[in-house]
Amino acid sequence: MALVEIEVNGKNMSSEVEERQLLVHFLRDDLNLTGTHVGCDTSQCGACVIHLNGNAVKSCSMLTVQANNASITTIEGLADGDKLHPVQEAFRENHGLQCGFCTPGMIMAAVDIIKRKPNLNEKIVREELEGNLCRCTGYQNIVKSILAAANKV
Amino acid sequence: MSENGIGSSVLRKEDFRFITGKGQYTDDITQPNQLYAYFLRSPVAHANLISVTTDEALNSPGVISVYTGRDIDASLPCGWEAPTKEGTPSMHEPPWPIFAQEKIRFVGELIAVVIAETVNQAKDACELINMEYEDLPAVVSPQKALEDGAPSIWSEIPNNLCFEWEIGNKDDTDKAFEGAEHHITVNLKNNRLVPNAMEPRSYIGNFEEGKGEYTLHTTTQLPHIIRMLVCTVLGLEEHKVRVISLDVGGGFGSKAFHYAEEAIVTWVAGKLARPIKWTSERSEAFISDRHGRDHVTKAEAALDKEGNFLAMRVNTIASLGGYLSGSGPAIPTFFYGPLIPGPYKTPNYYCDVKGVFTNTVPVDAYRGAGRPEATYVTERLVEAAAEKTGINAIELRRKNFIQPNQFPYSSPGTLTYDSGDYDATLTSALSAINYDGYESRKLQSLEKGKVRGLGISCYIEACGVAPSKMTLEAGGRGGYYESSTVRVNPTGSITVFTGSHSHGQGHETVFAQIVHDTLGVPFESVDVVHGDTGRVPYGVGTVGSRSLAVGGPALMRSLDKIINKGKEIAAHLLETSSDEIIFENGEFSIKETNKFVSLADVIGAAYVPGNYPLDRLEPGLEETSFYDPPNLTFPAGAHICEIEIEPETGKIDIVNYAVSDDFGIIMNPMIVEGQVHGGVAQGIGQAMLEHCIYEEGTAQLINGSFMDYAMPRADNIPSMIVKTEVTPSLHGLGVKGCGEAGAIAAPPAVLHAVLDALKPLGVKDFDMPATPNKIWQAIQDAKK
Repeated sequence: MALVEIEVNGKNMSSEVEERQLLVHFLRDDLNLTGTHVGCDTSQCGACVIHLNGNAVKSCSMLTVQANNASITTIEGLADGDKLHPVQEAFRENHGLQCGFCTPGMIMAAVDIIKRKPNLNEKIVREELEGNLCRCTGYQNIVKSILAAANKV
Repeated sequence: MSENGIGSSVLRKEDFRFITGKGQYTDDITQPNQLYAYFLRSPVAHANLISVTTDEALNSPGVISVYTGRDIDASLPCGWEAPTKEGTPSMHEPPWPIFAQEKIRFVGELIAVVIAETVNQAKDACELINMEYEDLPAVVSPQKALEDGAPSIWSEIPNNLCFEWEIGNKDDTDKAFEGAEHHITVNLKNNRLVPNAMEPRSYIGNFEEGKGEYTLHTTTQLPHIIRMLVCTVLGLEEHKVRVISLDVGGGFGSKAFHYAEEAIVTWVAGKLARPIKWTSERSEAFISDRHGRDHVTKAEAALDKEGNFLAMRVNTIASLGGYLSGSGPAIPTFFYGPLIPGPYKTPNYYCDVKGVFTNTVPVDAYRGAGRPEATYVTERLVEAAAEKTGINAIELRRKNFIQPNQFPYSSPGTLTYDSGDYDATLTSALSAINYDGYESRKLQSLEKGKVRGLGISCYIEACGVAPSKMTLEAGGRGGYYESSTVRVNPTGSITVFTGSHSHGQGHETVFAQIVHDTLGVPFESVDVVHGDTGRVPYGVGTVGSRSLAVGGPALMRSLDKIINKGKEIAAHLLETSSDEIIFENGEFSIKETNKFVSLADVIGAAYVPGNYPLDRLEPGLEETSFYDPPNLTFPAGAHICEIEIEPETGKIDIVNYAVSDDFGIIMNPMIVEGQVHGGVAQGIGQAMLEHCIYEEGTAQLINGSFMDYAMPRADNIPSMIVKTEVTPSLHGLGVKGCGEAGAIAAPPAVLHAVLDALKPLGVKDFDMPATPNKIWQAIQDAKK
């Protein structure tokens, strides 16, 4: 077991974890932050995307111990109190989700895309979503949501 | 039309919890004292199982118990017996044991389960199980499985033939071919797919010792059916089992079946009196979720000189996998054969289907379920007929469409189509894609060194599954009605309980729209509950685009009963007869007067029945209804796909895609469009990317992960134009169902575009998936 200190959604955590534990399992199983999902076992689907020190990462592709001393934001920490993040709001307004399973990862990836790419267009959004799979929406309204949010942020 | 009423693009009620990470999927649930299950699956496809040794695993840290086929002998039942062709044996129905017994029949079959304090401990222990087996030759291709001398998957079943089924009139059809001017033949393979809902399957079994009650949390589309099946498999009684499926992350059919893991976690929970949780990993899902499609077909059409269709004749071999899945025999029969005549007048029709065992994951319904396979056959034939006769493919379709004045139309596929206007959707799709500008776009592509192709697909499907009498006659073993309860709460809010189930479709919103419009209560005051057999009346669930077509009328019946009872109460309060009462805008009033009582007054009287006709009316305001539809519904439409191919590399891009569907009356256009987008993306996936590859001989799944199996990604899918035309269904709420159309119509549209683009390069035939590699190879082969 190893001791880690991680800031999650603004709160400092200190935890004993198994060395082999993936970060996504720390979030889901130890902290009960179940908004971050596991959709595959090969780091392809992106349902587990979180922000680590401000950057989007797949929380299934790193160990909890690698996140020691890092600051993490999960989907649960994205809204500002009762006020939804503009990307969350855009997904709701543009029907950017159906079953909702890929949605937290999509939203966390989208926030990062909007931050990194100042002049977004459809082509760039589609390329940037390479690491996030959705089986319900055909991506059309996800792309629409992200472009709508980019105009607001 | 009110802002939140029927016909409006109302934003979804369910979204808030999903965008904030507060959805409750099964794997999100952790129960006190919970244990974890991990399954040992067969690494080989066909073998005699000699022994499974678990001693070492049992002594591994954290392990509570290990179970194998020695500990429980139970089998999964099949829910459909396909009636067989005259002169052939009845459908063979061998058992599917929940753990392999003496023989293994596909890679992924369950061998043992380890129960431990943590998932990792269970996994570690699983590696210590020793499985001894004797390898047998395996078979993947359903054609090869039928050959003499092929590996025998079931010793008592000759040539691995589970059943032979037929529909139509063989003699008349053969005769129609004899004198026909044109005889067209196509040979097709409908590629095997893995459904891959983004949420992997997950189950938690629980047992409450005091009352002897089981609870199963499961990722299912059909909670009540799963309760019945778990009880059947384990010998339990339904009143002692509660099945809960809260938020489910997509299903597409694959979550509509009873899986052995569901039975096993329930059974082990009973043995250990502790919650048992299992969640599938994606790699496990590839070898254990039911697969879809996998047909080999020879299809023929006969046309007269003018291009009128005279007959269609189809022979299909359908892979069923190593065992019969719950509705495995239904998909290539009842959900396939009747639809092949499509939206066309074809007087003579015959189809023969052989269902064949292979050493693969069992095959069952996947989005469209039989209807994509049917449409692929019909439309590939139509295009081939246009090619052969020299008649323009659009004109050929128009010439043969069933006309709006011909409904109700009895098709040779034994169905009665109730309404439609097939040319309306084709015309609207042509206009949406700017068909007139196509030639100039084609020239522009050529200038860039690319070839452009345009493909059309017209489809009809059958939704609103189904009149129970119809499915029983076709081999089904269950009813296909739907249920609802409307509970008017004492303070005026409404709770709707529906037997149907949402796993992304948006029931919580659309059903609330209907209640809001019908009762005049605020949209916000309506909540829809589904997915819990402890709360919801016995229902069927959601498959085959049936929720609104069958569950909608079930809801409407309960609302009608509420209004009728409300009229009785209002009549009493207003001292008149109920015939004099009308209900409008949330008020019960006496006809042609200004005397009224509000819904709130009626609710108050019902729950505090002081001034109330207790001699003839019960207190309370809650109604339950069941609805069995009189017919299927028949959505139809046209899809047009435009692609560009780079001949040097075979790289293919969809550059335009237009859809025009007739889904009958539309309740929420935003949700309908979303369903079309998703369906088309899955259809494009089948047409261009997805293909489940088993190695012949070993029957190992070669591409069993997201690293290897090409799922459609955002840059594979175009932005599509979605239009609708409306001919209401003649029964129920006038809706037809929209969930599967995209996956049904897209594959032939894409393939026709590929064939069109490659035609100048000499390519004459092509099958799915149209990957760059295959396209490049076809171009090279055509040069020889």
